[in-house]
Amino acid sequence: MATLQSMMQTLPLLLQAAVATVLISLVSLCFAFLIGTAVCAMRFSRSPLLRGLAAAHVHFFRGVPMLVQLLMLYYLLPSAGINLPSLAAAIIAVSFCSSAYMAEILRGGFLGIPPGQLEAARLLGIRGFTCLVRIQVPQALRLTLPALVNEVLLVIKASSLVSVVGVAELTRTAQNIAASNYRPLETYFLVGVIYFVINSLLSRLGRLGERRLARAHSS
Amino acid sequence: MMVDFSVLTHNAGAIAGGFAVTLETWLAGTCLGMAAGLAMALLLLGGGRWTNRAIRLYIEVIRGTPFLVQLFFLYYGGPSIGLDLEPVTAGILGLGLYGSAYFAEVFRAGFGSIPKGHLEAGTCLGLTRWQMVRRIMLPQMLVIIVPSLCNTIIVLSKETAVLSVITVPELTGILTGIGSLSFAFLEVLVALCAGYLMLVELTAALGRWAEGKVGRYMIR
Repeated sequence: MATLQSMMQTLPLLLQAAVATVLISLVSLCFAFLIGTAVCAMRFSRSPLLRGLAAAHVHFFRGVPMLVQLLMLYYLLPSAGINLPSLAAAIIAVSFCSSAYMAEILRGGFLGIPPGQLEAARLLGIRGFTCLVRIQVPQALRLTLPALVNEVLLVIKASSLVSVVGVAELTRTAQNIAASNYRPLETYFLVGVIYFVINSLLSRLGRLGERRLARAHSS
Repeated sequence: MMVDFSVLTHNAGAIAGGFAVTLETWLAGTCLGMAAGLAMALLLLGGGRWTNRAIRLYIEVIRGTPFLVQLFFLYYGGPSIGLDLEPVTAGILGLGLYGSAYFAEVFRAGFGSIPKGHLEAGTCLGLTRWQMVRRIMLPQMLVIIVPSLCNTIIVLSKETAVLSVITVPELTGILTGIGSLSFAFLEVLVALCAGYLMLVELTAALGRWAEGKVGRYMIR
């Protein structure tokens, strides 16, 4: 009973921290989507330099563990004379790491559009930008939605790593609580449950969105 | 800021040791995860309702929670129930448990992609269930899953960096430690990135080679 009681006592703090985790993840995801879109556009560019840069971006950020990227920002920026609060460093690290995955997901989506459609669009006189906005982007988003939702879940989980540089999100708060109440087993169990619930809710939301888009597509 | 890579040569022994621990935890965790994952996938094929439910729940929980939290649960929570592990052991066990859920999904997808007709043919020929698994499903499945298997193995190689948080003396822990002592963060982090990039690229190349090797026997 004492266990249950102490768990209940920590719950409000943990839920507050969970909000921080979700916010950090969502902000990072927005940035990651923007950067990912740019990198994806660069990969389709005519200039070999831009294509090479984009490929290097994807290779680097997918090939190095996110923890290492985070430590890099955290240690290197101050020695270069840039003093960022750890929250900013965390968001930048998560954004860049995720952007590489987003770029690849989006690239797959654009490659998944039948080339016949683009030829048809050109024959019908639909110009580049209109074709992109009206034909390519809607279809690419529909094709990539499951993978993008998956990336959202991955970022929620990856955001736990920012606890290492001292950002007070869910995992860090759990560490602080476990250090003060000497109940690591219960605390980390509870935190696991909270992450699990967040991810379950988001993946359900994602499936709902997929069904919406599929219905809109079929009608 | 002066860039001086001599800090790496001065600490070459420690860095090599860290790299060895990274390799050790990665390979042991991968083997453990693959064995457990395959066992779970096989149980899912022929298990009863409750075994299936238990395995599905396990997979969902592992995939729905961060690896770092699982590690903390195991390493800091374990002692309260008498599970007192050394950091490296906890790291290998944690990596194995984490990987097992992903490997189980890979194997399950592989089993699922075997054409129904093959199984019907097997039944018609009077093969027992175990014969079908061993002679028809496993050989085909192992070929189909090579790409996703490699992908999971690469993901695990990067997750070993997280083990530094529970004080496992692997590459990330050792190199950032050297960085904190010498303030040569740039040199140390360049080496760190290079180490992981090399590991990942080598594994990916090995995976492509394996894909070509086993793919030859597949009729497309």
